[in-house]
Amino acid sequence: MAKTKNDLLPSEGGFGNEPLLAVDNLHVEFHTRAGVVKAVNGVSYSLSAGETLAVLGESGSGKSVTAQAIMGILDMPPAVIPKGEVRFRGTDLLRLSEDARTQVRGQRIAMIFQDALSSLNPVFTVGWQISEMFRVHRGMSKRDAMKKAVELMERVRIPAAKQRVNDYPHQFSGGMRQRIMIAMAIALDPEVLIADEPTTALDVTVQAQIMELLADLQRESNMGLILITHDLGVVADVADKIAVMYGGRIVENAPVHDIYKAPAHPYTKGLLESIPRVDLKGQELYAIKGLPPNLLDMPSGCAFNPRCPYRQDNCVTDVPPLHEISGVRSSACHYWREVLDGS
Amino acid sequence: MGRYVIRRLLQAIPVLLGATLLIFAIVFALPGDPIRALAGEKPPSPQVVEVLREQYHLNDPLLLQYWYYISGVLFRGDFGTTFQNVPVGDLMKATFPTTLQLALTALMIQAVIGVGLGLWAALRRGKAEDTMILASTLILISVPTLVSGFVLQLLLGVKLGLFPIAGTSEGWYSFLLPGFVLAGGSIAYLTRLTRTSLVETLRSDYIRTAVAKGMNRRRVVGRHGLRNALIPLVTFLGADLGNLMGGAVITERIFNINGVGSLLIRGVYERQQPIVVGVVTALVLVYILANLVVDLMYAVLDPRIRYE
Ligand SMILES: Nc1ncnc2c1ncn2[C@@H]1O[C@H](COP(=O)(O)OP(=O)(O)OP(=O)(O)O)[C@@H](O)[C@H]1O
Ligand SMILES: [Mg+2]
Repeated sequence: MAKTKNDLLPSEGGFGNEPLLAVDNLHVEFHTRAGVVKAVNGVSYSLSAGETLAVLGESGSGKSVTAQAIMGILDMPPAVIPKGEVRFRGTDLLRLSEDARTQVRGQRIAMIFQDALSSLNPVFTVGWQISEMFRVHRGMSKRDAMKKAVELMERVRIPAAKQRVNDYPHQFSGGMRQRIMIAMAIALDPEVLIADEPTTALDVTVQAQIMELLADLQRESNMGLILITHDLGVVADVADKIAVMYGGRIVENAPVHDIYKAPAHPYTKGLLESIPRVDLKGQELYAIKGLPPNLLDMPSGCAFNPRCPYRQDNCVTDVPPLHEISGVRSSACHYWREVLDGS
Repeated sequence: MGRYVIRRLLQAIPVLLGATLLIFAIVFALPGDPIRALAGEKPPSPQVVEVLREQYHLNDPLLLQYWYYISGVLFRGDFGTTFQNVPVGDLMKATFPTTLQLALTALMIQAVIGVGLGLWAALRRGKAEDTMILASTLILISVPTLVSGFVLQLLLGVKLGLFPIAGTSEGWYSFLLPGFVLAGGSIAYLTRLTRTSLVETLRSDYIRTAVAKGMNRRRVVGRHGLRNALIPLVTFLGADLGNLMGGAVITERIFNINGVGSLLIRGVYERQQPIVVGVVTALVLVYILANLVVDLMYAVLDPRIRYE
C-alpha cells in the first residue's frame, strides 16, 4: 500500500555513522535591491532519530532561513545557496531534482510554522487539508483519507474530532489550530519534524500543552525534532542538544545540560542570564547590550564582538572557527576557555 | 441565507426611492421647457402648451409631480409615457435586454481575457510575458472607447469582415466586437487586479504550508492559490456590470445598437423625466442586484463569511 520510493531518494537505514540529518557549512544569501543579505553563513548542525535539537538565537539570526533551506521552501530567487550541504540519510538534498525534493517534503521531512491561522488555508476545511496528504501522497480515496484525518485529529487530542473535521480553520482556537498543523505534519510519519516557533503565538498554558504533545508524538514515533525557539525556558525540558545561532552562524553547539551548567560562548551566556528567574525576583533583568548585527554589513571578525564583554583585539580581525571542546560540544569563540571557566 | 437576501432586498427600497427622487429633481432643475423642446421651431399656441402642461402635471410642485410618477410605478407598474405618448415601460422593455446582453458579453470577455492574462502574468512574474502583458494593459487603459470602437469596427468589421459591423441581427455573435470594445479598460484593470491578487496570494503563509506538504507547483497554484486569489475579483466584476450597462452609450452609438444608452441620451435631451428616471431606476436596480450577487458569491467562495 505504501508507494514505492523513488530511487533517487535517501534509502532507509542510513550510511554508517551518518546522522539522520546533517546540515554542513550551509550558506544562504538573499539578493535584494539593497544588496546581498547574508542570512546564513556556514551553519552546521546534526540530528539523529529520536533526538530533539533546539535552535536558539535572537530575531534575525537565521534560524528560520536555515530550516526553510532544509525543507527547500525558500523562494529562489531572491534566495541563493552558494555553499553547503543538507544531508538526509547521507544524500545531499540540495542536489536532488525538484521532483525528488517534492517527494521528501511533507512525507519524510515535515514542518510546522509559528502562526497556525495564516498557515492554514482559509477556504478549505481542516479535514480536507489533513486528508490531502493521504489523497495526494498515498492515493487514498476521499473517504478513507477523511477517516485518517479524523484519526490524526484524535491523535493530536482535538476534542470531538469527528464532529469538527468539516470545520474551517477560523472556527478553531489558536492552540487547536496548531494541533491541526501538527496533525498535518505528522500525517505520513516523517522522520524529521521541524517546528519553527510553534508556540510563540499562543498563551502560556497552551504553549505547555503543545510542547508536551510534540514531545509525546516524538517519543511514539522516534522522529528527529528540530525545535526553533526564542524561549530558553522551554528548551531545558524537551531538548537533547542545543545549537545557538548569532548573525547567521552557529556560535555554540552543545548537549542541553552542559550548556545550562556552563556556556562556552559569551552570547549563550548572555542569553542564559536574561532568562527571568524566580530566585532573582525583583532584580532588573539582564539584557545583552547593543543591537543584532546588520546582515548587509556584518562587523569584521567575530559578528558578536561589538557586544561582547570578552572582546580582545583579535576578535575584531579574525573570524573565530568553531572550536571543538569535546566530541559533542563546540564554540565559535576565541576565548571559549575563559567563558567556560566563568571568568 | 434566504432571510439575508430578503433583508437586503428590503434595504434596497429606500435606496431606490432616494435615487429616483434625486434624478427626478435633477431633470426638473434642467433649464429649458420640455414642451417647447418637443414642438421644435414652430411655437405652439399658448392654449396647447397649457393643456399639455396640465396633462403632464408640469405646473405642479416637484414633490407632487414625483408622487404622481412614483405611485404610478409602484401601484400600476406604469412608468409613464413620453410626450409622444409612448409608454416608457415599452421603451425600456425594448432596450434593456439588448444592453444587458451587451454588458454580459463584455463581462464574460473581461473575465476570460482579464483573469486569464492576469494569472499568466502572475505566474511568469518578472519574465518577458509579464512585462508585455503589463505594457499592453497600459495601452488598453489609455485608448478611449471612441477610438478603439471605430478602429476595431473598421479593421475587423469592414476590412477583414470577421464581425458584423453594426446592429444585433446575428445574435450573440454581433455582440462580440462591441462587447470587447465596451470591456476595453476593464479588461486591463482586471488583468492587473488578477495579477496582483495571485502574486499576493502566492506569498501567503498557507501557500508555504502547501509547498511544505510536498504538493507540486500545479496543485499549489491551482488548488491552494486560485480560489483565494479569485475572491477579490468577484467584487470588481459585480460592480462593473452596472458600469458597463450605464457606460454603454458610446459603444451602442458606434455599433448602432438600440440600447439603454441611446434611450437615456434621448430622455436627457428632450427633458423627458419619465424616460430618464425610469432608465436610471432600472440601472440602480441592476447595481443593487449585482452587489447582492457579489455578496452571495463571497459567502460561497470564502467560508469565513456567513450570512444568517
Ligand atoms: N526573502 C528575504 N529577503 C531578504 N532577506 C530575508 C528574506 N528572508 C529572510 N531574510 C533575512 O534573513 C535574516 C534571517 O531571518 P530568519 O527569518 O531566519 O530569522 P529568525 O532567526 O528565524 O528570526 P525570528 O526569531 O524573528 O523568526 C533576517 O535578517 C531576514 O531579514
Ligand atoms: Mg523565524
